[in-house]
Amino acid sequence: MERAILSGNEAIARGAYEAGVKVASAYPGTPSTEILENMTRYPSIDASWAPNEKVALEVGMGACFGGARSLVAMKHVGVNVAADPLFTLSYTGVRGGLVLVTADDPELHSSQNEQDNRNYAKFAKMPMFEPADSQEALTFTRLALEVSEQFDTPVFLRTTTRISHSKSIVTLSDPVTGLPAPSLEKNPPKFVMLPSNARKRHVLVEERLRKMEEWACEQPFNVVEEGSGAVGVITSGVSYQYAREVLPEATILKLGMVYPLPKRLIREFAARFETLYVIEELDPFIEEQIRAMGIEVRGKDLLPICGELTVGRVRQALSGETPPVYVEIEDSLPQRPPSMCPGCPHRGVFHALNRLKAFVTGDIGCYTLGFMEPLSAMDTCICMGASVGNATGLSKVLDEEQARRVVAVIGDSTFLHTGINGLMDMVYNQSTSTLVILDNRITAMTGRQEHPGSGYTLGGEEAFRVDLEQLCRSVGVEHVQLVDPYDLDLTRRILKEEMARSTVSVVIFRRPCMLVKRDPVKRLPALTVDAARCTGCRACLQLGCPAIEWRPEEGDKGKAHINQLLCVGCGLCPQVCRFDAMGECHEK
Amino acid sequence: MKNNTTNILISGVGGQGILLASEILSEALMLAGFDVKKNEIHGMSQRGGSVVSHIRFGAKVYSSIIPEGEGDVLLGFELLETYRYLPLLRKGAKVLANDLKIFPAPVNLGKAVYPNDIPERIARHFPGSTLVPGLDLALEAGDPRTVNVVLLGALSGSIDIEPGLWLEILHKMVPERFLAVNLKAFELGRRTASATGQAVQEGATA
Repeated sequence: MERAILSGNEAIARGAYEAGVKVASAYPGTPSTEILENMTRYPSIDASWAPNEKVALEVGMGACFGGARSLVAMKHVGVNVAADPLFTLSYTGVRGGLVLVTADDPELHSSQNEQDNRNYAKFAKMPMFEPADSQEALTFTRLALEVSEQFDTPVFLRTTTRISHSKSIVTLSDPVTGLPAPSLEKNPPKFVMLPSNARKRHVLVEERLRKMEEWACEQPFNVVEEGSGAVGVITSGVSYQYAREVLPEATILKLGMVYPLPKRLIREFAARFETLYVIEELDPFIEEQIRAMGIEVRGKDLLPICGELTVGRVRQALSGETPPVYVEIEDSLPQRPPSMCPGCPHRGVFHALNRLKAFVTGDIGCYTLGFMEPLSAMDTCICMGASVGNATGLSKVLDEEQARRVVAVIGDSTFLHTGINGLMDMVYNQSTSTLVILDNRITAMTGRQEHPGSGYTLGGEEAFRVDLEQLCRSVGVEHVQLVDPYDLDLTRRILKEEMARSTVSVVIFRRPCMLVKRDPVKRLPALTVDAARCTGCRACLQLGCPAIEWRPEEGDKGKAHINQLLCVGCGLCPQVCRFDAMGECHEK
Repeated sequence: MKNNTTNILISGVGGQGILLASEILSEALMLAGFDVKKNEIHGMSQRGGSVVSHIRFGAKVYSSIIPEGEGDVLLGFELLETYRYLPLLRKGAKVLANDLKIFPAPVNLGKAVYPNDIPERIARHFPGSTLVPGLDLALEAGDPRTVNVVLLGALSGSIDIEPGLWLEILHKMVPERFLAVNLKAFELGRRTASATGQAVQEGATA
């Protein structure tokens, strides 16, 4: 049989293909993004980017109502956006199987919180599988779709960053055949969730959970790995790997399905041991349910709730052993935080907002990096789309002088995700704020994904491109400006004008991301610094460009230097240099 | 409680081609018959930030992250990012460092100083370490973009995989038109590391 080394995300895409999934939809979000990107390898799947997670789920539901298998993927916070259809989908159940992949991010590698979405399984009364490596990511995706149909329920597949982005070896199989052809089938009592129908469905939901709980006691995905000693361990997902490495001899009940729990199996298991550990990341989700069964366990009294687990953290919690440190390095080592790329079109806008002393309500994307020194021009960042409503609320409570300084900043993809609703509110309720849309024609932060304003689909085909100017005008914004963010003087002037305006205005800064591959941005020759003219005033350093290096040993005060490998010739630094020291070919 | 897993770290700066190097390495290890796991972080940390890839192999690998103090080999694409991950290594680990400095933002802003004695510091803790002139060798191979393959070549000497298998993987994973230059880059890296390794050994016995 063919073997491959796949990431968890690649394995989920493969599993969907093998299970005969017809429709897959998602909005990009780390660490889930590569699931849909990898779907494009399989022509039998209609895979697409939706403008947000709620739409993605609704598309998946539609396919499922038509009798086809579907997969919907999102990062943990994306499930918050999709929660509305989700909770009622749990009542209707499915026709074709539906799996919702929630990719959680313990340790917040690339997220604004580290919510534990296992809680959603209990809250929405849906089963949840949790793979511990790529092979299980593939197998459990297939299994989840079968179980979805068997028990007439949508099913969660929960990964964490270390599962999504770790590669391990998997065995590939051929896709299933003989699935029924999609068709229309009327069934209002099941799919029209009016109170009278929904009340009946709720009863079925509770029955379904009870049946699954008993069924799960006999399934091979909940497995006891026999060992020796008086200690028993209950664990699941990536935590299993850490538990196994720390306690190679222990007897482990490895749960493949974390909700509903196989209570009889757990009771039998617990009875065998004097000490029972529950090793799980984030919330005491399994632990609390076992305690509620009247069984005493050790868990979060030893292990942290915050952050991800590691072999070292589990070992320390269980045995008190600290890692064998051979080399220690000083804390003062220079950090290397991420930064906007050289030539990033966002840089000039944040430089101007900083100069104008704006109070910036920010949003989710690469441009969130505008909060970092030296640009230091972002004051709030909560969730997708929040910048717009946050600005409106602020401007309602501030005096006129302060209200003028409030600027909402959002990217093109985020604006179409959930920002547009806030803009309608701005106009409707007469906000005085300014909305800046940073239109780089791509969902950049997650690795350059297309969206309805980019003009291309997930598969790379040309699509209608949402006209942002017209869209803003159509919801009632009278003042819509389009500006090239490489023109720093114009950027500053327009922002100043629009901030002073007492009605809503939108400024769209349009320039493609430097990293877009389908339409590569032409790189201009690298610029150089004329050392004779550079006075060491450091004005250019305030751009926070990785290509501008500071050489403290040169001249009286130090001098700037441009790294020739990094500079893409965007031309921002000559516009902030008052001594005309930066330009083309000054130094040879 | 060290098991029989071998632990390799590849560190550097986002955008240096670490991902490709670790892909090639893990593919090679799978073909060599090992169980392999590999992990790195995507997303926010990629934008020019510090990046580290963990590769573990053996008969059976559990965690994909290398526990602190258990790293066996560190391949650094940049000096500061090599030094930063030394605490993950065990005593007697092998360090291969690309002789390159990329200043991080705090240094460019004049708020921090880039240590200029990193190779000496590494050598103090790990006497068998090797400094690889990655860019010079890549230029000698014919393309400055092959630094990552030069470094992979340097690393290959520390891993128990037949040379023929490495070449097979490069044939599979590198596009045809870049193949010749990459094969040369790999060979130059491999030779440099083994030459230095020998020199260190001779120095030790002299």
